[in-house]
Amino acid sequence: MIRPYLREKGAFAIGEYPEGTAFTAGYLTSRNGGWRSERPVIDISKCVMCSQCYLHCPDGTIFELETEKRYAIDYDFCKGCGICAKMCKPGAITMIPEGTA
Amino acid sequence: MSGREFVSGNEAFAAGVRLARPKVISAYPITPQTVVVERLSEMVEDGSLDADFIHVESEHSALSCAMGASAAGVRTFTATSSQGLLYMAECLPYAAGGRFPIVMMNANRSIALPWNIYGDQSDSLSQLSSGWIQAYAQDAQEALDLALMSFYIAEHPDVSTPYMANLDGFHLTHTYEIVDVPDAIAADTFLPPLRTDNKIDFTAPKNMAFSAGPGHNAAFKYRQHAAMLRVRSVAAEAEERFAGIFGRRYTGLTESYMTDDADFIIVTLGAVSGLCRDAADAMRARGVRAGVLRIRYMRPFPGIEISDALRGAKAAAVLEKDISIGKSGAVFTEVAGATDAPLSNYIGGLGGEDISEEDILGIYEDLRSGRGGVHFLGIGEAE
Repeated sequence: MIRPYLREKGAFAIGEYPEGTAFTAGYLTSRNGGWRSERPVIDISKCVMCSQCYLHCPDGTIFELETEKRYAIDYDFCKGCGICAKMCKPGAITMIPEGTA
Repeated sequence: MSGREFVSGNEAFAAGVRLARPKVISAYPITPQTVVVERLSEMVEDGSLDADFIHVESEHSALSCAMGASAAGVRTFTATSSQGLLYMAECLPYAAGGRFPIVMMNANRSIALPWNIYGDQSDSLSQLSSGWIQAYAQDAQEALDLALMSFYIAEHPDVSTPYMANLDGFHLTHTYEIVDVPDAIAADTFLPPLRTDNKIDFTAPKNMAFSAGPGHNAAFKYRQHAAMLRVRSVAAEAEERFAGIFGRRYTGLTESYMTDDADFIIVTLGAVSGLCRDAADAMRARGVRAGVLRIRYMRPFPGIEISDALRGAKAAAVLEKDISIGKSGAVFTEVAGATDAPLSNYIGGLGGEDISEEDILGIYEDLRSGRGGVHFLGIGEAE
């Protein structure tokens, strides 16, 4: 699975901006995971790889790692809506309040 | 079909769109726009236009669908009117910010309430800030010619901005004129195929139609604004090219009629302009130096052209078919920001009411008497 990643660059000069909202993914965006009040945490031991969390995440922040067969969450962009936890039949995803361990 | 044809404004525009060879047309019917999409759907059906005609369930979907098609890199057309334009209003800045060079014909029609299907310009003038180029045709020939030029201008790499071509509902969409329809080969010479990088491309994947936070947002709007301002020179280029191929010459963002030495000028837009020219002729016959300035484009706004045209005038009036409730006509507000000439405002033609030559002669007489203010034709001065 190829997914965009957050790319860093210095400030864009006005002439470097694209004409319109079409550009290499990962640039010109800002992390908005800070909107989150609760974070989903996956308990890998309970996960059956059914992909319901991946399919239902409205922000596309759940992805399968390239290095091993398990799901991970992009916390730069996860807003903490909790849909993944609701959809997870085995109960592998728990919502943990931000600011707690 | 080429040569001289007796067609309505809607049919003329459809003929122009066919010559532009769009690949996708998505539209929802609404009076008085219906005929333009009916004709185009017939052309797709009989094979004389090689396009996908997508029937959608609403105007919001019509423009959303057009954005999707444009993002696939093909020439795209839609059309609407009145409540339909307002229903797709959410999508207008979306298409503009995404820099999708969609062309849309809008049949200018009153907006409810009171419910009314007849022509005025309240619909498009309520959407001046949406980021779309806005042009106003005065007759069926110009409608056809705008249909061709609109794609050239919208798709030009210096512009890449959607284009709304406005035709006065019924007065222009449903009246018949003899129109010169160019042949397809000449039209192809004028209008090259769409080439854009602003599309889904598996060989060069990119993020499209994304969000931009406080740090980047203004830069996109700035670039949009700069591109819109370039329409002035790109339209001039299109019109020069058009004149070279088809022999018909247009005059940029405005069209002047005897304004050079005019003491009294009516500034207006759309189909009523012809009647204003007749009235100016009648005033000239009475020894009054009258002129008409027709606004062809509201976006980009022709501030420079208006300032120049009104410079020597003793007084000018803006005649328009809309009212920005609680202020004045929207065009008046904009013109007032571009000129120091004494300026008054006449609101007429609302909900399809006729504007007569006598009304226009009365405006010239008011200008001569130094009368200012905001007036509703047939009713009187607004309090």
